[in-house]
Amino acid sequence: MKRRREDWNVGQCVSLARLGAGQAGVVTAVRADPELVRRLADLGLMTGAHVACRMRAPGSGPVAVELRGTVIALRASDAGGILCQLEG
Amino acid sequence: MEEIWQARAEGRWIVALAGNPNVGKSTVFNSLTGLRQHTGNWPGKTVALAFGQMETAEGRFLLVDLPGTYSLSSRSGEEEVAEDFIKSQEADCVVVVCDGTALERNLILAQQVMERQTRVIVCVNLMDETERSNIRIDFGRLEKMLGVPVVATAAGSGRGMERLRQTIGQVVTGRRECRPHRLGQEAEPRDFMEWADRVAEAAVTRGPSAYQERQRRFDRLLTSRGVGIPLMLLGLLLVIWLTIVGANYPSQALQWAFDWGKARLEVLLAGLPGYITGPLLDGVYDTVARVVSVMLPPMAIFFPLFTLLEDVGYLPRVAFVLDRGLARCGACGKQALTMCMGLGCNAAGVTGCRIIDTPRERRIAALTNSFIPCNGRFPTLIVLGTVFFRGGGLLGAAVVTGLVVLGVAASMAASWLLGKTVLRGQSGCVVLELPPFRKPRVGQVLFRSLVDRTFFVAGRAVAVAAPAGLLLWCCANLRWDGGSLLTHMAGRLEPVGRFLGMNGPVLLAFLLALPANELTLPVLVMALTGAGTLGQSLTAAELGPLLAAAGWTWQTALCTMVFVVFHWPCSTTLITLAREAGGWRWAALGALLPTAFGVILCLLLRLAL
Repeated sequence: MKRRREDWNVGQCVSLARLGAGQAGVVTAVRADPELVRRLADLGLMTGAHVACRMRAPGSGPVAVELRGTVIALRASDAGGILCQLEG
Repeated sequence: MEEIWQARAEGRWIVALAGNPNVGKSTVFNSLTGLRQHTGNWPGKTVALAFGQMETAEGRFLLVDLPGTYSLSSRSGEEEVAEDFIKSQEADCVVVVCDGTALERNLILAQQVMERQTRVIVCVNLMDETERSNIRIDFGRLEKMLGVPVVATAAGSGRGMERLRQTIGQVVTGRRECRPHRLGQEAEPRDFMEWADRVAEAAVTRGPSAYQERQRRFDRLLTSRGVGIPLMLLGLLLVIWLTIVGANYPSQALQWAFDWGKARLEVLLAGLPGYITGPLLDGVYDTVARVVSVMLPPMAIFFPLFTLLEDVGYLPRVAFVLDRGLARCGACGKQALTMCMGLGCNAAGVTGCRIIDTPRERRIAALTNSFIPCNGRFPTLIVLGTVFFRGGGLLGAAVVTGLVVLGVAASMAASWLLGKTVLRGQSGCVVLELPPFRKPRVGQVLFRSLVDRTFFVAGRAVAVAAPAGLLLWCCANLRWDGGSLLTHMAGRLEPVGRFLGMNGPVLLAFLLALPANELTLPVLVMALTGAGTLGQSLTAAELGPLLAAAGWTWQTALCTMVFVVFHWPCSTTLITLAREAGGWRWAALGALLPTAFGVILCLLLRLAL
């Protein structure tokens, strides 16, 4: 299931930094500096990608995201710019 | 590149291996080439390329292991090397190694390679893990959609490797045709992702998996506040204990063996005059023996241990948990690991910075590593601590511990400073991949870390220690006006030493101990007593009166101990820094930075006390 920018409802959206362990969603927007956006795109993290939060480091540390069969860690500040729509 | 021209001239086939990091690419490479391999550098880059030989019925092959990358968009040095190589069309065939558990992502790179190269083989590796994760792959479909041969392998157990070898032979000879699917020149990153999704959707079925669930539970446990963090601290304590206590037994054994060897050599060379045996045995041999016996054991413990922990997948989790604290100093999580390695040996720590994949953070970690007192400096700290800070034994321990903590704090402060000045810029380590926990390949890890790293660094240390030993001997044995060159130089350095709260001989000892920090005390004793050889290590009881007679007070000792922690790193570390950080400019900065800290601290101490 793919969602376009125009039909995301802010009410259902949560930033990746706020996703709880085990919660899953579809990325609806990646707001970051262009360099980071490109790096994330190399990993397949762009709008439409399915993500799930595997765990978070203690003390507002990085967040580990399951993405395309792999696990990558993003700093909370970077994850804050990635919005996703929660899935059931 | 000479390797490639040479291979071309000899009519060998050239096969390149590309792939994402952590897909077992080097295992595939090792399995194809055996141990017939060596590393070389790409012109103008510090990224190392591994070359290996392979032989099949089709002829002889040169295999090139390209650095692991996520894409070919040439942003990092690794990507540039991989892209350059593939664009240059030097390869007769490119094998893209993919992780079967994450084809959705791995196919992005595979497709990028297929855009630029016709003869491509997609090797779906880690099939054992893929099956355990209950992921089924329809290889017929995959092959059809991609238009190139697809081979399933589990390189760790050797499964499918024979097929891969045969397929490589068929592709380079043209017996098997490749008609890669192409997205065209205009393709955007999104097109690659959507195509990878389409292929994966058609060819991959994911079932529910207890294995994946176990991985998740394990991950959450190891990074939790309650269990993960105490476990990490325990591990850190173990590392420190191994450094200070564990490595000493093999060190003593080695020293004993070297002493035995020297006694034999003395008998053997008894006929030769003293001006030949002196510099050779008391100079070169003694210095090399000391450097090797102190440096080799901690490295032989550290490198395999760290490689093992990395192989299992634990180190990335440590970096994950510690990233927050280090991010505040502009550093990245993995720096915590290189700092631990620095406790054993700073040259080891600097080499270890290779695990950090962004150049900026790698440099920060490498340049600040020598703030962490290494195994070669601990003995000096401990001896001076016990001689001058008795206080029931506890005071000395407290001073030494305090200095180590100060070293760590200064390392963080220096990281912050570098990140704000010379190495200003956007933090590059935004993405850290957490590979699954895997069973370690113990044999391979031990072999590679011993051969590739330990002996390499130790060899470099010997190359520096040998001439330095000769120089040291000359300094101690060129005598005039009732003193040796050593004592004369110490006299000259006296004002500078006094200015820093120390004295001439100790400053000279620091300078002459450049090849290895463990030489500091022996050289100091040589300068004080006027002896001509390094001699046996003095015990605290013998050293105390000697230093007291030379006018040492506890203030002198404290300043000296501070300077032990904060001064230029040993020459081995400097050479390593120049290599790893990219030039002598960086090595000079790596020497200046801790020295500046030391000078300022010593001045403050002298004024305060």
